[in-house]
Amino acid sequence: MSHAEEKYYVPHGSHWPIVGSAGLLFLMVGVSVWLNGGDTGFWVMLAGFAIIIFMLVGWFGEVIGESESGRFNTQVGMSFRMGMFWFIFSEVMFFSAFFGALFYARNMAIPWLGGESNNFFTNLMLWDGFESTWPTNGPGNIGGDFEPMGPFGLPLINTVLLLSSSVTLTIAHHALLKGHRSLVKVFLGATFVLGFIFVFLQAEEYIEAYQHMNLTLGSGIYGSTFFMLTGFHGMHVTIGAIMLTIIWFRVLKGHFTPDKHFAFEAVAWYCHFVDVVWVALYVFVYWM
Amino acid sequence: MSATVADTHAEHEHHGPVAGWRRWLYATNHKDIGTMYLILSLIMFFVGGVMALIIRTELFSPGLQFVNPAFFNQMTTMHALIMVFGAVMPAFVGLANWMVPLMIGAPDMALPRMNNWSFWILPVAFAMLASTLFMPGGAPASGWTMYPPLVLQTGDAFPFLIFSVHLLGISSIMGAINIIVTIVNMRAPDMSLLKMPMFVWTWLITAYLLLAVMPVLAGAVTMLLTDQFFGTSFFLAAGGGDPVMFQHIFWFFGHPEVYIMILPAFGVVSEIIPTFSRKPLFGHDSMVYAASSIAFLSFIVWAHHMFTTGMPLTGQLFFMFATMLIAVPTGVKVFNWTATMWRGAMSFETPMLFALAFLFLFTIGGFSGLMLAIVPADIQYHDSYFVVAHFHYVLVPGSVFAVMAAVYYWMPKWTGHYYDERMGKLHFWLSTIFVNVTFFPMHFLGLAGMPRRIPDYSTQFADFNSIASIGAIGFGLSQLLFAYNVIQCVRKKGSTATDAVWDQPQGLEWTVPSPAPYHTFETPPTSSVKTTFS
Repeated sequence: MSHAEEKYYVPHGSHWPIVGSAGLLFLMVGVSVWLNGGDTGFWVMLAGFAIIIFMLVGWFGEVIGESESGRFNTQVGMSFRMGMFWFIFSEVMFFSAFFGALFYARNMAIPWLGGESNNFFTNLMLWDGFESTWPTNGPGNIGGDFEPMGPFGLPLINTVLLLSSSVTLTIAHHALLKGHRSLVKVFLGATFVLGFIFVFLQAEEYIEAYQHMNLTLGSGIYGSTFFMLTGFHGMHVTIGAIMLTIIWFRVLKGHFTPDKHFAFEAVAWYCHFVDVVWVALYVFVYWM
Repeated sequence: MSATVADTHAEHEHHGPVAGWRRWLYATNHKDIGTMYLILSLIMFFVGGVMALIIRTELFSPGLQFVNPAFFNQMTTMHALIMVFGAVMPAFVGLANWMVPLMIGAPDMALPRMNNWSFWILPVAFAMLASTLFMPGGAPASGWTMYPPLVLQTGDAFPFLIFSVHLLGISSIMGAINIIVTIVNMRAPDMSLLKMPMFVWTWLITAYLLLAVMPVLAGAVTMLLTDQFFGTSFFLAAGGGDPVMFQHIFWFFGHPEVYIMILPAFGVVSEIIPTFSRKPLFGHDSMVYAASSIAFLSFIVWAHHMFTTGMPLTGQLFFMFATMLIAVPTGVKVFNWTATMWRGAMSFETPMLFALAFLFLFTIGGFSGLMLAIVPADIQYHDSYFVVAHFHYVLVPGSVFAVMAAVYYWMPKWTGHYYDERMGKLHFWLSTIFVNVTFFPMHFLGLAGMPRRIPDYSTQFADFNSIASIGAIGFGLSQLLFAYNVIQCVRKKGSTATDAVWDQPQGLEWTVPSPAPYHTFETPPTSSVKTTFS
């Protein structure tokens, strides 16, 4: 509002959103058909995915072009920042649903199956002999005996990696603010390399779980919460690392100034959010 | 940067819309996108309405007459999904798109391209949802609440249902972000938060509710999807999960969702009653605090939807008392609306009539809600027609009447022409009479023990069901008048509207010409707030 004298940038019509909708249509219908057992669905899904990638590249490319040609005033930058902030808030709520499922299962569902509170007869009549423990795959021993994932080894290494990436990212951010661009390149590069190593190690962890621990997505409520929480988190790290890579190339091209670097900030916020989710995961999924 | 501002002006200072389909498909103009939302909502209102009439036709008399029970269940499910996500929510988003920038003196929504996307995801979502009617196993029939394990018995429609809910969520989240950013970042320079019009306030609060709960719904349906196709055990007791957990997660979304559908209605009524009482809104600031309190409380009352599904006594007590607490801020609002009219120079044009009907009939819905909040009573009322009566009273003469009030109130500003006042009043009276004929007997049916979502019933319920069905058909036909009135107004059949439209209404939207030009407030207005009626 302090920039009332500068006009707010209201763009011309854009074809990118409708391309995105077409991509979503193909993607969602494709996945649905595929899940229902129709093989063509797989290819429709891939087509939808390709359209969405095309849309993302085109749409972001257009916005980057507008930004570099100086069409965005401070107020537009503020809109972008607020938009990103509240998008991250919605992501927090998405993860909350899965954390909520974990807490509910551990503190309510499983103790009740074990006969706690007023559920003595539930336990006796339905699941006689089931004792409330964690980790568990439930009274039906769904998925068979498994070994839970401990907090040490790969998860601990991954924690160190992700927290280090947070530090390197902050160093890069401060370097950008002070205009030390060579430092930005080094530390931003280090950040996305750390991110990709994290994803690689998590893949190793999953392989270990599936091949040697009989811990799968089908291992009852423990397997469900473990893989859904860490899986969605891993997906977010992957997206974050890809975004960091793009930002890195933009730095190489000479984009961003100490007082104008929304995309850098947005990606940094996103990565810090992903790091915070990891800390919660490490404590509640691996450790406790 | 400011050096380059001049040459960008030339590029985006175009004054009319582009011709042809590109105007709509590539739209970035908040008025165009608002119009598309409102048209989609009207279409969905009739689609969902036809489904309601299929339900009421079957229920006209006991026994099975017209449809088989499976199709009946598909109709109750699809009617709810289409009315909630297709009619009511897009209607309010459409109103927000049209009016929020006009009311706060902004040139457009803050993120116009994203605005386009949040609209154009909706047709995709509804195409997917509607296509399920023609699939093996039919459309979803588990009720819009999608409780497992029942919902897991859905046929090929299942993944389509899940992904259409995902798409609706994505659309709502982007819409909510846009509205928040617009309101927070783009207000006229001298419009402080507490000077904002009440419609803008209630939408700001609604947008935060959307942001907080739509992702939770996405999480819940994702768990359904993985339980069905990928072997997870979230809602499987044998694996240590719990089907009741779905109900908790769903209603953590579901209860704020009902306030998402009513808070903007509060905002609309808070705009209309002052205009036609020719007095400022009584207790403006307390209205803001009341709406905020309702929003906060909506997060801690969800389990009152589940009193019969089993929870500890302390849980029942907490959720009962927290629910009843909502009556306090709601009472503040009803009191303030009434006090606004006190000694006002009132007139009763169609928007005011709808707002008054809202005031009375929403309050009836609120009172039956209080009855349902009481745990020992709720155990009797649960899943009965009393619940159906309750939520239809808050949704139809509540939310839907508020949308209609808003359309009659602002349509002269949109089209530059008045609707036919006589026809508007006819529409109002027919709607108000038939809505009560439809839904009031359902209270008695429910208290007498008639369960909801069942196509057949005991003969003792026959009379009230016949009355309700006659009312429903009357209400449905009356809405053709609404469509007629809107179409006539859009075709500019009525008399030409003045810029103020009404008799000295407050607010920036009345300072721009009627019809509102394609671009408004390209430079922020110098003085944004009129504070007194002269």
